[in-house]
Amino acid sequence: MTAYVSIEGVARRYGPTTIFQDVWFGIAQGEFVCLVGHSGCGKTTILNILAGLEAPDDGAVIVDGEAITGPSLDRAVVFQGHALMPWMTAAGNVAFAISCRHRDWSRAACDAAAREALKRVGLDHAADRKPAELSGGMKQRVGIARALAIHPKMLLMDEPFSALDALTRGALQDEVARLVAESEQTGFMITHDVDEAILLADRILLMSNGPEARIAEVVVNTLPKPRTRANLHHMPGYHALRDHILDFLIARSRAFKADAPPAGWSARSVPEVSPALSAPPLAAE
Amino acid sequence: MSASVSLWRSAGLSLLILALFLGAWEIAVMPKSGGGGPALDPEYAALLGQAAAQGGTTPMPGPSAIGVRLLELLADPFYVRGPNDQGIGVQIAYSLLRVGAGFGLAAIIAIPLGFVIGMSPLLNAALNPFIQVLRPVSPLAWMPLALYSIKDSAISGVFVIFICSIWPMLLNTAFGVATVRREWLNVARTLEAGRWRTAIRVILPAAAPTIVTGMRISIGIAWLVIVAAEMLVGGTGIGYWVWNQWNNLSIADIVIAILMIGLVGLALDRLLGLGARAVAWRE
Repeated sequence: MTAYVSIEGVARRYGPTTIFQDVWFGIAQGEFVCLVGHSGCGKTTILNILAGLEAPDDGAVIVDGEAITGPSLDRAVVFQGHALMPWMTAAGNVAFAISCRHRDWSRAACDAAAREALKRVGLDHAADRKPAELSGGMKQRVGIARALAIHPKMLLMDEPFSALDALTRGALQDEVARLVAESEQTGFMITHDVDEAILLADRILLMSNGPEARIAEVVVNTLPKPRTRANLHHMPGYHALRDHILDFLIARSRAFKADAPPAGWSARSVPEVSPALSAPPLAAE
Repeated sequence: MSASVSLWRSAGLSLLILALFLGAWEIAVMPKSGGGGPALDPEYAALLGQAAAQGGTTPMPGPSAIGVRLLELLADPFYVRGPNDQGIGVQIAYSLLRVGAGFGLAAIIAIPLGFVIGMSPLLNAALNPFIQVLRPVSPLAWMPLALYSIKDSAISGVFVIFICSIWPMLLNTAFGVATVRREWLNVARTLEAGRWRTAIRVILPAAAPTIVTGMRISIGIAWLVIVAAEMLVGGTGIGYWVWNQWNNLSIADIVIAILMIGLVGLALDRLLGLGARAVAWRE
């Protein structure tokens, strides 16, 4: 697979402090990639650079063979705080996005498409409510519907479920897993939640602690699809995969030093591991 | 926060306070003795007024006398009998017209300009010193300059209203626009909404409550200033009418004018309050 998006040597510096630099990775068409790391390593900045909302201090983002210069309708963002406009209804928020994508569509056509998009996330009954009248989970659903309604080539999600309670978060994770699988959506997501990454991602990028953060490892998720939260932890290899990521977050993320990297590591080709494959098969219960 | 009070109880207390106040007033202005005094030539008395002819001062009218006069004025508020004798409704209408013209003109200039200032930190910093110096100037200080350069007292009145109502709208609009939530602007950017669409669909509604608050402050100030401005320029308007009644020593009319100015000011504020409610949003 050739990379649809290629992040080439991007860096973010504040004065003398380098948050991260020499970050290289690619995302193939139809692939879903999660970035996992501790606070302060610059995850959100990487997503903003990918979205075109921020310019990197070094390096470039290549999409479809061209360096990006700013935000684009092809890369839709689901923001951490839902970022809905409180003066528009749920349908109004989605219709606004659609009217930006399809400048020539009538108001009625945009509204109809917005309601269709809300239906896909199970919110057709709340289309005419303002965000203030929606629960946190419903708001984020609207945010996801808004992003998907413009049929982006790529979906960027910045810890979209971190503000939600555990039950709501679980339901939404399953829903996003389903939506992404249905439309073979190319996606990039930042998360703190290891299970969320295993559920959604084809590859999981592990980032070392900032400052001077790098992508330290790439974990390939070989668990079969479709994955749901109900069947995920019964899959052979799940525990090995999870333990590997947790071990990284607890110990290796801190120990990683870019000037004295582990053997075989280079910024341009970060080693890929598949912990789920090397695990011994689960004992039959 | 205080606990909510039932409307009946608060309204009852308000009425009681009003009744006590009016009662005390009525008693305080009652004639001291049973009248009397030297007998007067009735023609002399008609010429000067009873009190003046008796050598006393004009008595302060009581609420009942003012009430009678109020009914008289309200019975025919829109008559016009020459330039110096027009109904109170006509006078208020003139004042409202001036306030409307000055305020409307200020809004037409202040809101777009405030928008631009709010969007551009450079322009904001560049224009801020001018605004800060001009804003605290009493609008009446502009009056001589306006009279000199415009050479028309009616338009000068409108100009004074314009200059006093422009600042709150300008500053509030600029502030509202400058403080629009970053994430909403980012949404617009990722949707490639473009400048114009972002301004109309995102920034304007986001800043609208702040802008309307500025308009509300402005109309309040404009209504305060119009009375003083009309006292200066004369001719028509409720401010001129107050001054005219002072010259006539019609104390009852002055009290009525104060009441009317208060009621119209309240109505203007409520009108903008409705506007504020229409554009309000909550998260």
